[in-house]
Amino acid sequence: MSERYVMAIDQGTTSSRAILFDHNGRLVALAQREHRQFFPRPGWVEHDAAEIWHNVCRAITQAMAQAGISPGQVASLGIANQRETTVLWDRATGQPVGHAVVWQDTRTDELVRELGGSVGPDRFREACGLPLATYFAGPRIRWLLDGTPGLRERAERGEVLFGTMETWLIWNLTGGVPEGLHVTDVTNASRTMLMNIATLAWDPALCSAIGVPTSMLPEIRPSSRVFGHARVMLPGVAIGAALGDQQAALFGQTCFDPGEAKCTYGTGSFLVLNTGAELARSTHGLLSTVGYQIEDEPVVYALEGSIAVTGSLVQWFRDGLGLIQTAPEIETLARTVEDNGGCYIVPAFSGLFAPHWHSEARGIIVGLTSFITKGHLARAVLEATAWQTREVVDAMNADSGVALATLKVDGGMTADHLLMQLVADVLDVPVVRPMMAETVSLGAAYAAGLAVGFWSDLDELRRKWHRASQWLPTMNPGRRATEYDNWQRAVERTFGWIRSPAPGSEHLR
Amino acid sequence: MPGPVQSIERAAAILRVLASGRLGLVEVANSLGLAKATTHGILRTLQGVGFVEQDRATGKYQLGAALLHLGSSYLDANELRSRAINWADSLAARSGEAVHIGRILGTEVLIVHHVFRPDDTLQALEIGALLPAHASALGKVLLAFDAGAAEATLAAPLISFTRRTIVSARAMTRELTQVRERGWASETGEMVVDQASVAAPIRGHGGLVVGAIGVTGPAERIGDDLHGSSRAALVALVRDVARAVSRDLGGSRG
Repeated sequence: MSERYVMAIDQGTTSSRAILFDHNGRLVALAQREHRQFFPRPGWVEHDAAEIWHNVCRAITQAMAQAGISPGQVASLGIANQRETTVLWDRATGQPVGHAVVWQDTRTDELVRELGGSVGPDRFREACGLPLATYFAGPRIRWLLDGTPGLRERAERGEVLFGTMETWLIWNLTGGVPEGLHVTDVTNASRTMLMNIATLAWDPALCSAIGVPTSMLPEIRPSSRVFGHARVMLPGVAIGAALGDQQAALFGQTCFDPGEAKCTYGTGSFLVLNTGAELARSTHGLLSTVGYQIEDEPVVYALEGSIAVTGSLVQWFRDGLGLIQTAPEIETLARTVEDNGGCYIVPAFSGLFAPHWHSEARGIIVGLTSFITKGHLARAVLEATAWQTREVVDAMNADSGVALATLKVDGGMTADHLLMQLVADVLDVPVVRPMMAETVSLGAAYAAGLAVGFWSDLDELRRKWHRASQWLPTMNPGRRATEYDNWQRAVERTFGWIRSPAPGSEHLR
Repeated sequence: MPGPVQSIERAAAILRVLASGRLGLVEVANSLGLAKATTHGILRTLQGVGFVEQDRATGKYQLGAALLHLGSSYLDANELRSRAINWADSLAARSGEAVHIGRILGTEVLIVHHVFRPDDTLQALEIGALLPAHASALGKVLLAFDAGAAEATLAAPLISFTRRTIVSARAMTRELTQVRERGWASETGEMVVDQASVAAPIRGHGGLVVGAIGVTGPAERIGDDLHGSSRAALVALVRDVARAVSRDLGGSRG
């Protein structure tokens, strides 16, 4: 019998990828296609969902050709996706209603303030585990329904469907019009503010308070269980898993025990801590979320620290400022100087996420003097990611009462050797990277393979984790303290930059 | 003897024309009396290697940044690591050995990437370390495809690290010829007793060697004295991964 593989689709913020893994969890083929980013107004970020579906199809075809295999050799398909990005589409035509609104988009800032009312951001925290923020999908649906005449009525009649990217992809993979599966997984649902974090079902009270008709919502399923079978692209292949990308990375890093944590460094960065079957509530600005659910087993909960801008700061440095040609050159440029020269960059481009949650904050560069060169700025860019990690780790240590001993890292930015050393230096703990840096895809593959018996259990997966690199802290404690203090003073200066509009002046903003 | 290559002469003429400023396709074609399709093909090729850039808004062409930096390194070392990291992981996972990626720095090899041997034992990260080029498989690959670096290395006495280190310039020249012919290099106990390494070239656009990738481990597992199919399989694995990285970088030949 010919060898069998698992395919992972990683539908990310900037690109879609199809990756094939063999039974040993080794990467066999990888195809990637970037999609366009639309910035129609300051703070707005959109994607074209039709383009993304098209790219996913092309990546699948390309990966299959690279490996030279047929759909019959794909045991299962798993999806990991950018979370909270909101797609609405017409059930009858299969066409998206406008562009997808991306997780970084801040157009709902006024709306989330209104929704908070006199209670504030924590109005729904008890029910859904999340603070009101522009980050999450629910208020985005409301915004879209409010903005287009007649859309709400059509959604109520079930003519317009909502989904995050995994829902959109599964619907299309299972045939789309007329009978595509309209499903989501519990991790993605936990990011909408519409799912009750304890009952794991759509919460009618949340839906009605936020203003989203339940008729447009997908059915919530476990993360690892056969959702159905593909009818296009890979006909007959089981769709064995779907998870939000950060939860997929937790799975790919085999953080299956309570207390295990990972940080994925990509466009944004996300520290996720497994808290087991217990729902942990944060008092330090972290999110309560679902880590994963296998078949009908109890869900595994997680605490998450989300940092909105890390890799995207490097992209801005490349595309916005044009100071480097490619993202990895940031390290080369940063190494032209010894230190940051007293300069700090706080990239609050869409406000600050964990642990601050200041949506009105905006980015700053402080400490500029005529001494500062582009090398210092490059170093400040990398340090911004390291210090933001430190803030989230501090919050996690405070919430869990146990100090993190080692940080497992993954994601594209782990190729940046200087950055990983900086993270170890500012956290004062060893930083380790597993042999398979593509943990988002690997996690989706693991969960999908598990669902069809391609892999037998979590222990088998755990044995595949191997250390590829380790960075040990070398920073002098005095310097660490001084630099952290400088960073915190820089962060404080970003707060309160965007002012609430005066009544009646919304149209001027 | 073959005559001048016409398309290269035309490419050179296009670069001279663009040296005067930003021009559109038709302007370039007209100034040289070339067909538009021919000119477009050459411009696209020059754009592919970074010698020409096209302004997104106006569609006009200008000289590319790569031309200005012809004297410096062709591919940023950190970009090489970033582009090769998945394949390097895959090589370590498949071979069970430590993986290094290096590039030449004077007469030494600068380690730009290191993946631990996947046995979860304590190992130190060696990124930034320097290896002697003549006593490492990575170095032999890099010298074999860089005549300037080979000349500089052979101009000075070759330092002996073990009894097996190649110290004769003539023997090293023969060794490098063999590396070029077979497309990979090895050393057994030439730098550290009982240690061995196997490496192959990473090529960028046009086949230019931009680095080398290889495995290092105990001589009994990967050395020259190892006979039979396991050694051949290891060499094939290293070469396959080197070719995969090269393919991603736009250099198709292995």
